[in-house]
Amino acid sequence: MSAEILTFFIFVLSVFLGFELISKVPSMLHTPLMSGTNAIHGIILLGGMLVLANAENFLAVGLGFIAVIFGSANVFGGFMVTDRMLQMFKKKKK
Amino acid sequence: MSSFIAITFIAVAVLFILGIKLMGSPKTARLGNLIAAAGMLIALIATLPLLSHGDFPGSHGWTMNYTLMVVGIVIGLVIGAIGAYSVKMTAMPQMVALFNGVGGGAAALVASLEFLKRVSSPEGITAFFAITMLFATLIGSLSFSGSIIAFLKLQGHLEKPRTFPGQNIFNGLILAVILGLCAYLTGWGASTPLFVTMFVLALVFGVAMVMPIGGADMPVVISLLNSFTGLAVAADGFTISNISMIVAGTLVGSSGTLLTLLMCRAMNRPVTNVLFGAFGSTTSGGGAAGTDASGRTVKPIQADEAAILLGYAQQVVIVPGYGMAVAQAQHQVRELSDELGKRGVEVRFAIHPVAGRMPGHMNVLLAEANVPYDQLCEMEAINPTMDRVDVCLVIGANDVVNPAAREDKSSPIYGMPIIEADRAKTVIVMKRSMAAGFAGIENLLFYKDNTRMLFGDAKASLQTLIAQLKAS
Repeated sequence: MSAEILTFFIFVLSVFLGFELISKVPSMLHTPLMSGTNAIHGIILLGGMLVLANAENFLAVGLGFIAVIFGSANVFGGFMVTDRMLQMFKKKKK
Repeated sequence: MSSFIAITFIAVAVLFILGIKLMGSPKTARLGNLIAAAGMLIALIATLPLLSHGDFPGSHGWTMNYTLMVVGIVIGLVIGAIGAYSVKMTAMPQMVALFNGVGGGAAALVASLEFLKRVSSPEGITAFFAITMLFATLIGSLSFSGSIIAFLKLQGHLEKPRTFPGQNIFNGLILAVILGLCAYLTGWGASTPLFVTMFVLALVFGVAMVMPIGGADMPVVISLLNSFTGLAVAADGFTISNISMIVAGTLVGSSGTLLTLLMCRAMNRPVTNVLFGAFGSTTSGGGAAGTDASGRTVKPIQADEAAILLGYAQQVVIVPGYGMAVAQAQHQVRELSDELGKRGVEVRFAIHPVAGRMPGHMNVLLAEANVPYDQLCEMEAINPTMDRVDVCLVIGANDVVNPAAREDKSSPIYGMPIIEADRAKTVIVMKRSMAAGFAGIENLLFYKDNTRMLFGDAKASLQTLIAQLKAS
């Protein structure tokens, strides 16, 4: 099996896993969950870092720099805002 | 990639999966988020050795690029932290839209840079990589511009749907041109000017796609764009062969798609209707008068009488809606519920899946006000018990309690599952005026015999109610 096919295999499995993971979530957690998954796709920061590291001309460095800022805001802001939402879900203090 | 780093990335994927899984239950949700964040941190550290093909900080030493990388991460961190900690609870949906937008922008930029680099390389671009890069650019940039429009709509700008004749045809044409360009770039030759044209058109398409959709449907749109960004990130993962980006992006893509469908199902509308229907443009004018065109009247109630009804009830159900969020009344709602609880009244909250501007919007607000989550009931749990409820207090909710969904076949919301507030012995509706709800549909509930209208700002009315209860 070639490497491309193997990656594609992982992709297909992930699709099904994503469906399974969310199908059992109560609707009260939908907003925090949307926010949490939003933070997870902030992994694009890695992509931004990789392209910026290998950027060779002025344009590529500039665009890579913006990509890193965007990705960083997505990942850090995303996890922080989700944590802020979730820290409020607690039982009544008796 | 060394096998140690490869195994690290597998561990990262496991942490993301566990994180999403734990976020599915209120007790473990916060832990789940922290586990996913830990996974992200590990992924970032594991990426450092990859930055310059194996040896960090690179064979040619510390370059300008690394400095910019650190500066960029810090800038993003500061922006993200300020956004996340300064935003009001009511504005959370906008913040999620913005974070999603910049993520989409980053995904588009990463793909574009790879494209521009490879287009001038002697090896050229294979069809497989052309497709992944074009897909990530297209989806990422439309997610970026679409999210910005969604943000503006939720901020109260551009709230009404913007439509013009032939809009769907216009949007379809843009999409056709974009797809044509993608096909040409894949099959016949990569060209930088055509690629840039495609990028710009994708941005325009994001705006054109979200513009005609009313503010009430923004939750669905944000959820959809969230899953789009996930898919764009996965495509980037294929392009730069990074497994953890593929897994994380795909998980977000598929779970986001399912979440979008669940939201649409709660509104009993197919997703195509939300995206292309320009629903909400059929606004019927609602004045402040108590009489509508066909002569039906509503019965107003004063706060003191409402307080007596509530204070002597055995079972009270509170239905919160966007009006509560706008009035910032969640703390008063909790105070009222506590006050009733002290008098032995059983208080429950009925949460409609699409109340507010996002699913779970009401839960977040009530949680902020320390309402214990076991008092919050879902629509399916509360409806069978509605006949035994003495007072149903509707605070700023409208379309989600509209019996037209059951009774009026001509209504646009006919068939939508609703909280059957009208079956309670008495319904008290707190509302600022007789204006129609967000969907622009008249609410039959207001004209029912057992309905009393308590006009005024929700926060002020609740404060009066609490004072009356305490005094009696």
